[in-house]
Amino acid sequence: MELLQLMIGGLANGCIYGLVALGFVMIYKASEGVNFAQGDMMMLGAFIALGFGNTDQMGLPFGVAVLLAMVLMFGIGWGVERVVVRQIFGQPQFALVILTIALGFVFRFVAGSIWGYTPLVLETPFAGQNLRSGGIVISLADLVTIGVTLVLTLALWAFFAFTRIGLAAQAASQNQMAAYIVGVPVMRVNSLIWGLSGAVATVAGVLYATRGAIDPNIGLLGIKAFAAAVIGGLGSLPGALLGGLIIGVVEPVAGRYAPGELAKMSPYIIMLIVLVTRPGGLFSQIQMKKV
Amino acid sequence: MRVVFKTSYDRDIDLHEHGQSRAKIAVLLAIMVALPFLVGDYYLAEAANTLIWALAGMGLMVAVGHTGQVSLGHAAFLAIGAYADSALMNAGLPFLVSFPVAGLITGLFGAIIAVPAVRMSGIYLAIATLAVFVIVEEMVILLEPITGGVGGIMAPSVTILGISFDRYAALPNFYWLCLAVVAVVTWGYANLMRSPTGRSFLAVRDSEVSARALGINVTRTRALAFGLSSGVTGLAGALMGHYIGFFNYELFSIFISINLLLVVTIGGLGFIQGAFLGAILITAVPQLISILRDNLVGIGIDLSGIPGLDTMIFSLILIGFIIYEPTGLYGRWLKIRTWFEIFPLARKDMFRRQKSYLKTERMK
Repeated sequence: MELLQLMIGGLANGCIYGLVALGFVMIYKASEGVNFAQGDMMMLGAFIALGFGNTDQMGLPFGVAVLLAMVLMFGIGWGVERVVVRQIFGQPQFALVILTIALGFVFRFVAGSIWGYTPLVLETPFAGQNLRSGGIVISLADLVTIGVTLVLTLALWAFFAFTRIGLAAQAASQNQMAAYIVGVPVMRVNSLIWGLSGAVATVAGVLYATRGAIDPNIGLLGIKAFAAAVIGGLGSLPGALLGGLIIGVVEPVAGRYAPGELAKMSPYIIMLIVLVTRPGGLFSQIQMKKV
Repeated sequence: MRVVFKTSYDRDIDLHEHGQSRAKIAVLLAIMVALPFLVGDYYLAEAANTLIWALAGMGLMVAVGHTGQVSLGHAAFLAIGAYADSALMNAGLPFLVSFPVAGLITGLFGAIIAVPAVRMSGIYLAIATLAVFVIVEEMVILLEPITGGVGGIMAPSVTILGISFDRYAALPNFYWLCLAVVAVVTWGYANLMRSPTGRSFLAVRDSEVSARALGINVTRTRALAFGLSSGVTGLAGALMGHYIGFFNYELFSIFISINLLLVVTIGGLGFIQGAFLGAILITAVPQLISILRDNLVGIGIDLSGIPGLDTMIFSLILIGFIIYEPTGLYGRWLKIRTWFEIFPLARKDMFRRQKSYLKTERMK
């Protein structure tokens, strides 16, 4: 029973890791780059929603606040791509890694100077409501988290698999020059994807905030979300979610039955095992070209 | 404009192109050796710190700048070097033994990690090193008998042949020790880069496919580069431990890894000189910020209330360099020097970057 309880909490946690990982995977799918600031974008999204929604700030209704935050973060993601990331278009991935790490620090500084470094709580309509069945307590926040994540993953998967823009984005990631030649507006697609990943990050941030207080350093959760994305295989949306769920479930279980340090290491140990045994992740996207 | 007259093929790979550049290095070294007589204790300690950062930067430069392997976890190797050195000295070994052994341990650890890691390319390697960093950080806490756990550990005082090299009691000696280590490593590094091994590093960085076609064992080369890189970083870690004196796992945070990346990128990727320029920048900017802070208080602006300003300024500098000068400070210097050397003949688009397009790494 205890194990089951731990696992439900873990699943909800894993969904959040999965959502942040989705953000990485989207950008990776579209531009073959990895946005190391994704965790910080999640943090910023959560804070913007808090700024709109909390009664002592602007006091808008919860739904409106989240929507506004998503729109704003879409704009920020779009803007970051337009103003900063586009400048290093075509440069090696390494440049983007360092650039986004630095961007993450900038986001953290911005959030810290606006909202301060003391933890704040986002007011949500479903705070503190629990469902009980048998000996298990499921909080409404957990259920919402799991539901929203499933819907969002499906929607994004459909976006990349069936829409014109989604396919164009995949083409742009595989070979920019070739994508140009067949008429894909690579730059515009990139901006759009960055904006979308900002919006997804906001959802992740809001869901994270329903489960506890937030401060500007929660962006470090992004490192765990990487592990999730890599376990699933960078470039696979369902894989990212699966990776997030694996990490989310293993972490609390390891924390219960093993020393705390081991629990903290567990996501990375799983990730290294996956990388060593299946270098492309569980849903591998790497193919050797046949010559 | 100077004409270098080459009379043998060996001149092509000489460390110094001509006598003047050799003389320049000699003068620089002489000034560095004489530094304890020229400046006060405070600046001498800062100089030692800069040298240690330059050493760590050279370590990372082998991997990032010369072999094209991005590592986000080099703070882990600093930590291993520092803890190994302190543990060996606490076990009774003299510094002269423990110091190289600490470097060796770190290098071996790096090479062991590298064997699976080098099979991954680009981004996967960066993330794997990040994971290794987190694991090492937690291991430091777990291995309390050796590392002192959360409480930390006191780095033993350095004594060689009865002469004290303590960081506080004999600062000039400690400074000379750092200088000697840095000089030897730099000399070795520069020579490595003109040997077949060093050339194969560059080949692997520039094009893995063509390197393989030329008969280079890519996996072994990358593992060797990573091992060397972590070994040198381990040496820097050992010195850093002695410099700080008392340290725990928090000294080697993720920010140190990122600062190290900053050192190599801002300094100039692929140039040994870049590691030094980057190290100077990273140790000087916090000082400049604090001086600026004190002066601004005088005219009524109080910046001390804004936490995280240093990191913010570093980040902005980094973003600026990545976008506008990817070759770093040394690359900029080379451009300025060339402009002067060929004076009236310089053209505007001489250093124009070639337009490049990204291709997927998912298909090899």
